[in-house]
Amino acid sequence: MERRSPVPAIVVPVGLGLFSLGLAFGLVVVHAGLAWWWATVFTAVVYAGSLEFLLVGLAVAATPLLQVAATTLIVNLRHVFYALSFPLDRVDRWWAKAYSTYALTDEAYAVTAADPGEWTSRRILLVQIIFQVAWVSGATIGALVGTALPVERVQGLDFALTALFVVLAIDAYRARPDPVFACCAAVCAVVAWLLAPGQMLVWAFVGYTVVLVGRLGLARRGAHG
Amino acid sequence: MADPSHIVAMVAVSAAITWALRALPFAVLAPMRRSVVVRYLSLHMPLGIMVILALYTVRDVPASGPLDAWAAMAALVVTVALQLWRRNALVSIVGGTLVNVLLVSLL
Repeated sequence: MERRSPVPAIVVPVGLGLFSLGLAFGLVVVHAGLAWWWATVFTAVVYAGSLEFLLVGLAVAATPLLQVAATTLIVNLRHVFYALSFPLDRVDRWWAKAYSTYALTDEAYAVTAADPGEWTSRRILLVQIIFQVAWVSGATIGALVGTALPVERVQGLDFALTALFVVLAIDAYRARPDPVFACCAAVCAVVAWLLAPGQMLVWAFVGYTVVLVGRLGLARRGAHG
Repeated sequence: MADPSHIVAMVAVSAAITWALRALPFAVLAPMRRSVVVRYLSLHMPLGIMVILALYTVRDVPASGPLDAWAAMAALVVTVALQLWRRNALVSIVGGTLVNVLLVSLL
């Protein structure tokens, strides 16, 4: 019998991307003046990349909790959309489902969406655990290195996240080539950035959803008319 | 700087809200998975979401000066070219990031 690898091949580059982004996050934490172990606490407990970068600034400014709650809500509202297709129904037990939703990051969603194939409970959980370990260990090591060495000169590591999404966009396009949707998404992102820079992600997702629903409506009308 | 107990509270609040945003929609959307609209959305969502997330990560680049913008542009070209050529995500991500780090740190 042919043995399948326990996780898809894409997990390695994404895990390394998360690890190097974690390094960058650890550096940001100690450069902001926080103790190194906050990097571990932030990444292990909150576990939402872009929000954690924002949280560092909020912590430094001693921001009121209500504003922290509002920021979290706005930055992470996009996760609502992931419930549409993330294969949570394949995860077996309730505690595993609980962890799986807890660890449902952009990267975890992206990897399952990029390769909808055969996702078993074990496979999904393994991928999510690998990603979280990569992220938390990267951040901890980055913070420790940042405490020990003057590494201000190493900048630009955060491009790993951009590269990751670009690669996943290319893969998604290969799986389902649709230049119109790709352009619409880019337009939604730019318009949202211009009109509401603070809530860019939410409005871009809302706009893109409206485009999709509109196009489905047109296709159906065409089919019936 | 906030005192540690305040930061702990911040972490707790963000973690709780983040988890709720990730978990609760499943309860609402699960019955709708069979609907044509939801299936259509889940089919076409990934491409758009990746494009939007990619642009989101570079949103501050134009404001951070021409050098950073050119570095990011060069890194982007390298990433896309590597991915189209080798189809190896690790090579593309590491290659693009390395170009960006070198350009931003050394110039």
